[in-house]
Amino acid sequence: MAETTEAEGLVFHPMDQFIVKPLFGGETIAWFTPTNVTLWMAVAVLCIVLLFVIGTGRRAVVPGRMQSVAELGYSFIRKMVEDVAGHDGLKYFPYVLTLFLFIVFSNFLGLIPGAFTTTSHIAVTAVMAILVFVTVTVIGFVRNGAGFLSLFWISAAPLPLRPILALIEIISYFVRPVSHSIRLAGNMMAGHAVIKVFAAFAPLILFSGIGILVTPLAILAIVAMYALETLVCFIQAYVFSILTCVYLRDALHPHH
Amino acid sequence: MEGDIVQMGAYIGAGLACTGMGGAAVGVGHVVGNFILGALRNPSAAAGQTATMFIGIAFAEALGIFSFLVALLLMFAV
Repeated sequence: MAETTEAEGLVFHPMDQFIVKPLFGGETIAWFTPTNVTLWMAVAVLCIVLLFVIGTGRRAVVPGRMQSVAELGYSFIRKMVEDVAGHDGLKYFPYVLTLFLFIVFSNFLGLIPGAFTTTSHIAVTAVMAILVFVTVTVIGFVRNGAGFLSLFWISAAPLPLRPILALIEIISYFVRPVSHSIRLAGNMMAGHAVIKVFAAFAPLILFSGIGILVTPLAILAIVAMYALETLVCFIQAYVFSILTCVYLRDALHPHH
Repeated sequence: MEGDIVQMGAYIGAGLACTGMGGAAVGVGHVVGNFILGALRNPSAAAGQTATMFIGIAFAEALGIFSFLVALLLMFAV
């Protein structure tokens, strides 16, 4: 895939950036081994803590830069939870805010060249998606009892259609964690891999004459993809948390 | 020889799986296009519906991501 000559040793695979490596050397990875995933997750958590501890530390009436950002993020997600999940969904607002902040910081930190995107691994996103799925199902049954099952029995539809619709609804309910996790991981992986593919074309000017044409195009493409990725990083975090809110709404109000 | 044919099939399949992303592109374009069409007719109601648009985009896009995943599985896992 990489277009550079092998003799120069610049060959890299676009998917190489997603390899999990132990942080302190060695080859084997056990469950306790600190890896680059651990490092970047810790950096993301540290950034969130710093933003909110420093941002809300002074509690100024006229907010400074940090406080503005912290307040903006807080009120943005709070409004979204209230709009989508309803007023009684606000009880679960801290959970949604935590998910959003972790994903948005992991995504943005992954954009730093050389950094590792933790959310590009399905293992990471699947844990979050399965947790959302289990939480929402438990909330649904605790709040509504067996009435939660009316989510699958659509009373607005004609009676002969209802069993078929129930089957479709049940399948789509259990596909939720799959699509929820793969959407985030796939977006992150695809975008970063595209940047790396263009990055492989960029040093062509060092090796052949056609590089005079290819290299500027490749660099422009990297800049354009990078801008798009910045947008996608935020939108995917937003989409992940808004879908959590949609699922919460279904759990709180299963009657259509 | 047999391994080569299997690998060739996997690569052809990965390429074919990528055509599914075109469907996702059509879907996302349809969602956003219709949103803008409606938003231009009634701009005052548009702000409240951006969340709905993003949910629609997410659902349409997920299926394209599935085909990307199938391509990746064929390339690296099979």
